[in-house]
Amino acid sequence: MAQLMPLSEAIAQLIHDGDTVAMEGFTHLIPFAAGHEVIRQQKRDLTLIRMTPDVIYDQLIGAGCARRLVFSWGGNPGVGSLHRLRDAVEHEWPHALEIEEHSHAGLSNAYVAGASNIPFGVLRGYQGSDLPRYNDHIRFIQCPFTGEELAAVRAVRPDVTVIHAQKADRKGNVLLWGILGVQKEALLAARRAIVTVEEIVDDLDAWPNACILPAWVVTAVCVVPGGAFPSYAQGYYQRDNRFYLAWDDIARERERFAAWVQRHIHDTADFAEFRRVLRESQGTEEQR
Amino acid sequence: MSDLTYTTSEMMTVAAARMLPDRAVCFVGIGLPSTAANLARLTHAPELVLIYESGPIGAKPVVLPLSIGDGDLAETADTVVSTSEIFRYWLQGERIDIGFLSAAQIDRFGNLNTTVIGDYRHPRTRLPGAGGAPEIAGSAREVFILLKQSRRAFVEKLDFVTSVGFGNGGEARARLGLSGRGPVAVITDLCIMEPETTTNELIVMRLHQGVTREQVQAATGWPVRFATTVGATDPPSEHELAALRDLQRRTALAHGTQSERQ
Repeated sequence: MAQLMPLSEAIAQLIHDGDTVAMEGFTHLIPFAAGHEVIRQQKRDLTLIRMTPDVIYDQLIGAGCARRLVFSWGGNPGVGSLHRLRDAVEHEWPHALEIEEHSHAGLSNAYVAGASNIPFGVLRGYQGSDLPRYNDHIRFIQCPFTGEELAAVRAVRPDVTVIHAQKADRKGNVLLWGILGVQKEALLAARRAIVTVEEIVDDLDAWPNACILPAWVVTAVCVVPGGAFPSYAQGYYQRDNRFYLAWDDIARERERFAAWVQRHIHDTADFAEFRRVLRESQGTEEQR
Repeated sequence: MSDLTYTTSEMMTVAAARMLPDRAVCFVGIGLPSTAANLARLTHAPELVLIYESGPIGAKPVVLPLSIGDGDLAETADTVVSTSEIFRYWLQGERIDIGFLSAAQIDRFGNLNTTVIGDYRHPRTRLPGAGGAPEIAGSAREVFILLKQSRRAFVEKLDFVTSVGFGNGGEARARLGLSGRGPVAVITDLCIMEPETTTNELIVMRLHQGVTREQVQAATGWPVRFATTVGATDPPSEHELAALRDLQRRTALAHGTQSERQ
């Protein structure tokens, strides 16, 4: 049953060094506050799973939290490269990063298989692609009914899935809407689940088909207003495209990135203080 | 014919937009494909159905999305489903008429690389990777490919096959048992290429205004072949250019950027 707790406690109690962690959210509702807390607590040797690593995993990889990355599209959306991801793959900085690479269809089916408690997902996919040559978790099988060849992807079962949502009620039932990506599948595939939310309300006031994650599939609910920044929360705030553009410069060089992480994450107590420090540093940039 | 001035990039976007028939169901990647698909929707194809891999079906964005999951896509869509559903029911379920792709590298059989330049394990350049492309290339009824023509992009041999076109040509794609027909057109800033019957090698069908065969060859890493009769692309009309520039102006204002970036 979901426990309402501060984010720092949830990360300390539920994410351990060496864990397999999925932080999902397809451009929308990316759990940045939770990602920062993982960096702040200096978790190490994590296997990080995410369809689109995005800036959140660029930060975690550059900060040295990841040993292995499972992903299907690793760019800065609308901007270009993830420089920390590239530096880890191309030059092993800050250390070597193993990668397990899928397509979106493959990895989303692997989450569905995990949530469905079957050992693999099956799809029409990867035919003619070189990806299966480099990823042992993609194989081909024969359909027992028609004899067709189909792709099989090993199920994803994270130790912990972390997502951000709009609301929870006082019991810990979670409501999210808008672009949902694979958040529900990732959460149901995991052993433990942390959900950060914009707010706690008395009544979720949701219609019957709304995407609700009942309190009894969630381990921890943490209230972090703005916790998806610089991604967005539909109905609350928009994506900060300027930050995504600015990240291209921040992450390009190791020294500048390291200084940014020190000042904005290690030297701040929590996400609210991060936002204050960021506003100050953006003000300084603009005055230059 | 007017004396409008336009860039080669505008010509490419307009030429691609024209190829999308009204009411077609189109699976759209971000960047150039998204620009062309939205231009088509704002000009000759108002009922074009745009599907984005993040989940929106029937999106009608007012400005071009900067990311594949912008809020505007969800707010203007007929419905928003999960990403796993997009790939399982809608793409694999053969509901997509046209898949619209771009790439870092393409070869003469329309195979695409968006993964690495150099060796996979020790890449010179690590690219973003597959995203939705391998299965779009496999399952969309037809695939259109949109990218600027250069020797770096149009290569003799791909460093990595991310998404298959016609494999090594001829019947190779048919043997893979894919449900989609594969690439039907490659639209560049110089010309339009289509697969030749039987060999499935991309050959030049049309040159954009003022472009020579020598320019196309100079920008292609294999000995490029031309159709028996090579046509000429009509230049962008005043209406097409105005719609495209207006869309890009609105987008720049909304995102605080010059224009949509790749």
